[in-house]
Amino acid sequence: MTTTTEARTYKAKDFSQPNANDWCAGCGDFGIINAMHQACAKLGLDPSSVVTVGGIGCSGKAPYYMGTYGVHTLHGRPLPFATGIKLANPDLTVMVASGDGDTLGIGAGHFVGIGRRNVDLTAIMFDNEVYGLTKGQAAPTLAMGMQTKGLAVPTSQMKINPLMMAYTCGFTWIGRGYSYNIKQLVQLMMDAIQHKGLAFLDVLQPCPTYNNLHTKDWYAGKDQEEVRPRVQPLPEDFDPSITADSSEDDVLDHARSFMYESHRWGTEIPTGVFLNNTGLNSFTERIRERVKSYAEQTPSNKVIADANGMSNVDLTSMFDELAVN
Amino acid sequence: MAAESPNGNGSGHVQDLAWRVGGPQGSGVDTAALIFQRACGIAGLHLFGRREYSSNIMGRHSYYDVRASEMPRASHRDAVDLLTTFEAETLSRHLMALGEGSGVIYRTDDADVELHKITYLDGRYADDLAAYLAERGLPATTGGQLEDAKNRGVRLFKVNIDEIVAQLAEAMGVPPAIAGRARNTLAVAVSTALLDFSRDYVKAAVAKTWPGRQKIIDLNVEAIEQTYNYVDANYDRSDFAISLHGCDSTEKRMIVNGNQAVALGKIAGGIGFQSYYPISPATDESFFLEAHEEYPVTDGGQSNVIMVQTEDEISAVTMAAGAALTGARASTSTSGPGFALMCEAIGWAAINEVPLVITDWQRGAPSTGMPTRSEQGDLRIAATGSHGDFPSIVVASGDVFEAFYDAAECFNYAERYQGIVIHVLDKALSSSSRTVPYLDTDQIGIDRGLIAEPRGEHDEGAFNRFAVTESGVSPRTLLGQQGNAHWCTGCEHTPQGRVTEDPVVREDQIEKRHRKMELALSELSLDEKVKIYGDRDAELTFLSWGSNKGAIIECLDILEAEGIPARFLHVRLIKPFPVDEMTELLSAASPLVIVEANFSGQYAELLRTYTGIAPDHLVLKYNGRPISAEEIHRTVREIRQGDAPARIVLRNPYQ
Repeated sequence: MTTTTEARTYKAKDFSQPNANDWCAGCGDFGIINAMHQACAKLGLDPSSVVTVGGIGCSGKAPYYMGTYGVHTLHGRPLPFATGIKLANPDLTVMVASGDGDTLGIGAGHFVGIGRRNVDLTAIMFDNEVYGLTKGQAAPTLAMGMQTKGLAVPTSQMKINPLMMAYTCGFTWIGRGYSYNIKQLVQLMMDAIQHKGLAFLDVLQPCPTYNNLHTKDWYAGKDQEEVRPRVQPLPEDFDPSITADSSEDDVLDHARSFMYESHRWGTEIPTGVFLNNTGLNSFTERIRERVKSYAEQTPSNKVIADANGMSNVDLTSMFDELAVN
Repeated sequence: MAAESPNGNGSGHVQDLAWRVGGPQGSGVDTAALIFQRACGIAGLHLFGRREYSSNIMGRHSYYDVRASEMPRASHRDAVDLLTTFEAETLSRHLMALGEGSGVIYRTDDADVELHKITYLDGRYADDLAAYLAERGLPATTGGQLEDAKNRGVRLFKVNIDEIVAQLAEAMGVPPAIAGRARNTLAVAVSTALLDFSRDYVKAAVAKTWPGRQKIIDLNVEAIEQTYNYVDANYDRSDFAISLHGCDSTEKRMIVNGNQAVALGKIAGGIGFQSYYPISPATDESFFLEAHEEYPVTDGGQSNVIMVQTEDEISAVTMAAGAALTGARASTSTSGPGFALMCEAIGWAAINEVPLVITDWQRGAPSTGMPTRSEQGDLRIAATGSHGDFPSIVVASGDVFEAFYDAAECFNYAERYQGIVIHVLDKALSSSSRTVPYLDTDQIGIDRGLIAEPRGEHDEGAFNRFAVTESGVSPRTLLGQQGNAHWCTGCEHTPQGRVTEDPVVREDQIEKRHRKMELALSELSLDEKVKIYGDRDAELTFLSWGSNKGAIIECLDILEAEGIPARFLHVRLIKPFPVDEMTELLSAASPLVIVEANFSGQYAELLRTYTGIAPDHLVLKYNGRPISAEEIHRTVREIRQGDAPARIVLRNPYQ
């Protein structure tokens, strides 16, 4: 859910922090964090109602450069932390910033788990194909046979296709952006945050220190005979929409084109919204359908004591169930 | 070892019956036990039930002990008064639990089965029995075992179940296959008829078991009639001295097991969120909560607990931690293997001062160990919890009352001291049930600890969530509070939650966190740390924790009747360790006998670490079965005779 304050409109700088930033010069992270500031401001969010959850690694430091609540969690675990935060206080806007290793390596199990739940939050994956903070090991997004400069030998493990993975796990909004296309990135983040369900935004970014293969110049296509940016918007006729009214054929048509576009990686790498499925209820909605009182009484705000400071729960009906005489 | 006699029953004094029913899993053992318990409960008797089961869905052996007594009882009895069996394995496994004057009910078909042909009877078990029988010139068959039992004064009741079923079928005008559905009731009724227990109680239990399903009730009521007639016609009860009668009691009681007690306590304590991954023997707690996710509150409204089954225990603990950051009372529930997976996150919650309750239902360990058997082997890992130095509170409960009130109180500790609370229980407690009066929620106070006021404006900079204070407790902000934005991090941090490796800030923060434990030790009452039972001036001192409580207290009663003064210190607060209190209480202990259900004496190890005090005798049991009063009593006898070693292991090959 997106909270809009009536009293005050916050600007991008209100979502930033003057904290000394220790990312490397030229890091793609800067573009991503700037886009996060702008997206929050453009959506009219209140910094007090936004929680930025980070994993471990360079991307995990993102919460420190946000003027929101920041939770710097454990390696691989930001998604379950974020889930707990969102379910306990559904009024919060929850964004997760985590790296490719964090999300699809150590945290892959949680990526699958959260996909099944369609929790209403936004997972932003900083995708630079390497583990930067531990000096350049291969991330699960680095293709087999590649040897970035931190590697002693080329990686012998295959890469995961993050978009396909997200689709399979059940994410209902899937997009891809590029850290040097801020304008598009801001719009993608806004869409992802506004999506009432689980959003996955894969953000391609150079790691100027450890990824000497997929550099800013490589993304710009400068290595090609005919220089043309590899990062391109999805074809205009690509329709990411799935709704509750979509027919089976619609879903299959979309699945085919989704699979095709998400596999394109070479002279052209498509970016944009790959899936916008509005036909599935979010986890909070699923709970509300069953637990009516959750609409008012959430774990974070419910009253648990009476005026005398004693438990306000009436267990009589449960005791009756267990009665023996 | 065969059971000693007499069984404390049958001679006409206070009623105290130990009844056991066993059979393959999925065959209705639990239903039979439920009906028997209900009948006894309706008759006004106090009950203690103990469920033993295998890690298996169908076919392997399980059994259920019901102790029905005029007095409240908090432990099982090894010596069984009446054993009800469905098949040969149960007969074979439990005949050794019967002593002089007790009885066994068995089917005609099971009267002569070769022990080594019983599918799931462990080879070791059959071998030991065969050797025991051979020494007595008896064959390695159930027939040999029955003969031995008879020689030991056990009364044998062979029952032709098919005959009763046939009579029932005829009386009801239904095919035998339909009549056979009442088999569990029939098994119970054979027992109750032999015990001269009024059939009306059993009929009332049947009606309560299938409310509104009149056809089933009719069939089962007739099964009771037919069975009582059969027993009257076939057995002479005059030489079977054990009986059971109702008593006058109007007290309204429920029967509750450890898992249920913790779930109820959590609800009473204001739980808002629980995430869990299925694991024996913890899952039944979360199942109970899921089945009661919405419930009434005293102002007439509804409240709820949000439950999430996660993909693993790491997700469970981190999700609960996330919920707790928003102000929710949050917990997760697990057993040893799951707890091990949670350790990294425990450190995170500790360094971020997150109020988080972790319930650990210990089972046989290490690794997968014995998943459905009991042990107190997690104390060491619960007391350390994660890498590094950090404060945490570890509370152990000994019975369903404590499980209930402690589960609620753990949330108060978590919020007052802003950190991890580990509530340690065990399999024995999880699956033992007791009749108790309706529990009193009016006693449960709610203490939410120190919570910061929202500052309102966003521009004041990050909030000092981890402000260094004299008490160590800092005003806690909740995610979403207006104007209190700050950071949480598993890294060492400044008061605002910024990562730092500054030496002075590090010292300030780690010292501040640990001051909370000094505060806890100064604020908690002696009763919250350790409870003292028996003769407070006695030198003979038992020291234990967890579910051994019931057996030790029962042993104290036996010793009192024998004129032997003894006291029992039951430790509740494992950590922070109450050094001063334990040192003082143990100064005059002689001998000091520490009782634990683990291999190494994990509490004894902590005691020695913190106080330098070592036990004179360490009494241990690690075969996965709970300790009984009889075992403790035998041990005391050996200790008093002066021939007991420092380390005493309780063993019973036939459990």
